[in-house]
Amino acid sequence: MSHEEAQRKPQRIEIDQEELEATMRREREELERTWARPTGLRGWFTDTDHKSIAKRYIVTAFVFFIFGGIEAALMRIQLMRPDSHFLSPDQYNQIFTVHGTTMMFLFAVPIMTAMGIYFVPLMVGARDVAFPRVNLYGYFVYLIGGILLYTGFLLNTGPDAGWFAYVPLSGPAYSPGKRVDIWAQMITFTEISALAGAVVVIGTAFKMRAPGMTLNRLPLFVWAQVVTSFMIIFAMPSVMLASGFLASDRLIDTHFFNPAEGGDAILYQHLFWFFGHPEVYIIFIPALGFISPIIVTFARRKLFGYVALVLSLISTGFIGFGLWVHHMFATPIPQMGQSLFTAASMMIAIPSGVQIFCWIATLWGGKLNIKTPLLFVLGFFAIFILGGLTGVMLASVPLDLQIHDTFFVVAHLHYVLIGGSVFPLFGAFYYWFPKWTGRMLSERAGRWNFWLMFIGFNLVFFPMHQLGLNGMPRRVYTYLPETGWGTLNMIASLGAFILAGGVLVFVINVIWARYAGAVAGDNPWAADSLEWATTSPPPNYNFHNLPVVQGRYPIWQATADAPVVRGLSTTKRETLVTSVMDAQPELRFDIPGPSIWPSLVALSTAVMFIAGIFTPWAILIGAILAGIALTCWFFGDPNYENKTARETGERSEHVGPAPELRPKEV
Amino acid sequence: MIETRNTTLKICAALSFVLCCTSCGGIHNALNPTGPQAQNLSRLWWLFFIVCSVVFVLVMIALLLSLRNRTGEPQVATAPVIEPPAEQERKRRNVVISAVTITVIILFVFLIASYSAGRSMTAELEHKNGLNIELTGHQWWWEVRYDDVDASNIFTTANEIHIPVGVPVTFSLKAADVIHSFWVPNLAGKKDLIPGKINTIWLQADKPGVYRGQCAEYCGLQHARMALWIVAEPQEQFNAWRQNQTQTSVTPASDSQKRGQQVFLTSTCVMCHAINGTPAGSNIGPNLTHVASRNMIAAATVVNTREHLAQWIIDSQQYKPGNKMPQNNLSDADLQSLVEYLQSLK
Repeated sequence: MSHEEAQRKPQRIEIDQEELEATMRREREELERTWARPTGLRGWFTDTDHKSIAKRYIVTAFVFFIFGGIEAALMRIQLMRPDSHFLSPDQYNQIFTVHGTTMMFLFAVPIMTAMGIYFVPLMVGARDVAFPRVNLYGYFVYLIGGILLYTGFLLNTGPDAGWFAYVPLSGPAYSPGKRVDIWAQMITFTEISALAGAVVVIGTAFKMRAPGMTLNRLPLFVWAQVVTSFMIIFAMPSVMLASGFLASDRLIDTHFFNPAEGGDAILYQHLFWFFGHPEVYIIFIPALGFISPIIVTFARRKLFGYVALVLSLISTGFIGFGLWVHHMFATPIPQMGQSLFTAASMMIAIPSGVQIFCWIATLWGGKLNIKTPLLFVLGFFAIFILGGLTGVMLASVPLDLQIHDTFFVVAHLHYVLIGGSVFPLFGAFYYWFPKWTGRMLSERAGRWNFWLMFIGFNLVFFPMHQLGLNGMPRRVYTYLPETGWGTLNMIASLGAFILAGGVLVFVINVIWARYAGAVAGDNPWAADSLEWATTSPPPNYNFHNLPVVQGRYPIWQATADAPVVRGLSTTKRETLVTSVMDAQPELRFDIPGPSIWPSLVALSTAVMFIAGIFTPWAILIGAILAGIALTCWFFGDPNYENKTARETGERSEHVGPAPELRPKEV
Repeated sequence: MIETRNTTLKICAALSFVLCCTSCGGIHNALNPTGPQAQNLSRLWWLFFIVCSVVFVLVMIALLLSLRNRTGEPQVATAPVIEPPAEQERKRRNVVISAVTITVIILFVFLIASYSAGRSMTAELEHKNGLNIELTGHQWWWEVRYDDVDASNIFTTANEIHIPVGVPVTFSLKAADVIHSFWVPNLAGKKDLIPGKINTIWLQADKPGVYRGQCAEYCGLQHARMALWIVAEPQEQFNAWRQNQTQTSVTPASDSQKRGQQVFLTSTCVMCHAINGTPAGSNIGPNLTHVASRNMIAAATVVNTREHLAQWIIDSQQYKPGNKMPQNNLSDADLQSLVEYLQSLK
């Protein structure tokens, strides 16, 4: 606080307006040159700009979302009628495995990370992310992992043991061939990429915030990303063990999971779900971070219960690690032990409840302007709350024993994941599309998109609750006509086409708006957070002058003479490092620029893992290649000398007009 | 004559199964409980269902009411409120705090209800005075072994479990290959069959009837076609059935049946199947000693008729693609004799 007062104190000086503008122009030109992005083919492999990496992530993840959706549609066609022969059992099993794997690992996690990579630096007022090259590496590792899975799938070598790949079914004895190996290595790729993204987000959010943005003023979007990133760091090692042990059981005959040789099939489930349950929150928490800004913007008032919301996010992050056993209630675990996990699973409803009540309280106190982003958030409430309530049912051991592994769970998980993540994500697309492209998506198409998705979604998944109670297990490629499951399955399948129609409207809307949408301007929604304080789309250097933050709602609370950060070099990629708690300026830091090495390290990683499916020697060869590439990454850079951090000798802050904080001045 | 009557009976059984399934109750339905276990669960379900429905409706009403304060004005025209009136905010805070408190109380009620339901469900396991059955999951069928203190009463069958009405039955669950899950929704919740572990569950049927169950843990290619029947019948009927099952197989009577037995014993059948009382003793596939007494074949996939059996032997892959039984190239005469023999194994 004292720091801000200090900034306000200096007396106003008369400024020569013309000279000021000339300086500004010169600085902008210099920044343009300094932060220029390599273009063309070279740009593809060397560009480290967080915005272009995030956009690639988003587009790639969305393509995988479409693939996953097509697989879902194929399954719905198969299940439309009993005893259908549209797909063979082998095809069906591959398709449901690849659908689950795609949606969890190739769509949901990467797209949520990507939103963070794009917006965290903009929201905290930084020039780029903390580790831009790690970021580039993460993207390529993810892309290669996705291509690996789909190459296998198209060559009829798609994994067929479920996205959870339980042993012994996924072990060498019952899944010969390379199908499960492809799954296990794809997991390794996405793990590495998620870890890279997590480190980048945490580094940026903790050390690169604009002066004045204390933790107490951190936007909830960024809080959500930070909590998610920490969860990734703690959850991913567990699945790394699971998939690593599985791969070594298959490749080099270890017997970690082979009961006949003293291994344990249940151990795999513990390792998998210790990751797998937090994974749900890794997908869900960033979406909670989309909801808060959308509600604030369209309710036109401050958030109700900021501190409660932040604490809820953090406690969700902690409790999320304490309930993995509710996926395993049907295994022989004593009742007392299971009850602990019942309690934990129910406990997580408390922070979720707090958040929902706080948001409703915000809506109650606001003046609502129901635009498409808010519409999707309202849809989130309806769908997610229903999914949350069925989640409470699944937390109870005895009830879970009836509905576990049935279509009831299929309904529940889609209510939670589509309602909890995909609806807010589509809201976020509508909300932030103007920032990405400078153009608005069509509001009319947006409404069509929402209602088609909302109605279609409920038609697909609501009947599945009943199907589960009627005894229909999950992951069955067909069912007997006598079971009487036909009608509800037919309704669900028809709903799937309506849902797909909604997604199609979205795709058309995006393509149309990209070229013909209304021009957005910097801040079309008159929103409050810093990403709207720069142009749409933002320049390569994000902000001409890094802003100084005066409250939780920087744009709304900005005064006419809001201070900005001056004194950063315009000829070097310099950004400001600030303290973790209070965002006091500490250092000026040169951010690494474009480099080919991250792509080459990603390539050698790929050699290691993909060839590792066929021979253990690949690990050795790939490790040597990666070692060489990493060495070059760190020492082979001619500009390495410039990359060292320096203490800021003096911090000159200029009090005067702050172009970035005044929407009118472009 | 008896043959036809038997087939008719089976078709009747199958038809009644169809009717049961499609009528509102259903023999494969968690909400149509016919045993103490499932009743317990069903009570718990309705408690959760009603409370959760009320919560959902209330929250939706609160949400819809919040939409009253709409404005059609463009975004920029509405000035944001950063300092809302303190009095109003305090009121809202009180409402939010009460809502959270109510949530916590509801969760506690759920927790206690769930724990006590769970306790009463496992309590019975301690006094195993009923029937003990060892159930082993195979890809993709169920091996059923009736345990008894008297070794001569132990016998093995497959996919169709007869139990006496009103008697608690304890199942020891094992798996021969991968993980399966035993689930008969009308009678009890599910439990996994895990290689290298023994899991237990008990259930009891209060009404005679057929209850269908299906494997609930994904177990590979034919996970969808791995069902079983539980046939609950009065004690005397059950005793008679058990008495029959403990016998060795009947000796072939007619020439055709004798020839059928020879076909069985000299072809690939013996590699996997056992018929007690003959040299066939392999336990890779279902035990066929009393195969004709079962209503269904192929893990409750098709009705056990002469035609189905013949088709199954020749090409089982058309019913269950990928199942482990090979195609058998038998001459028509051999096949007819074999089917006749198998049909005689009551």
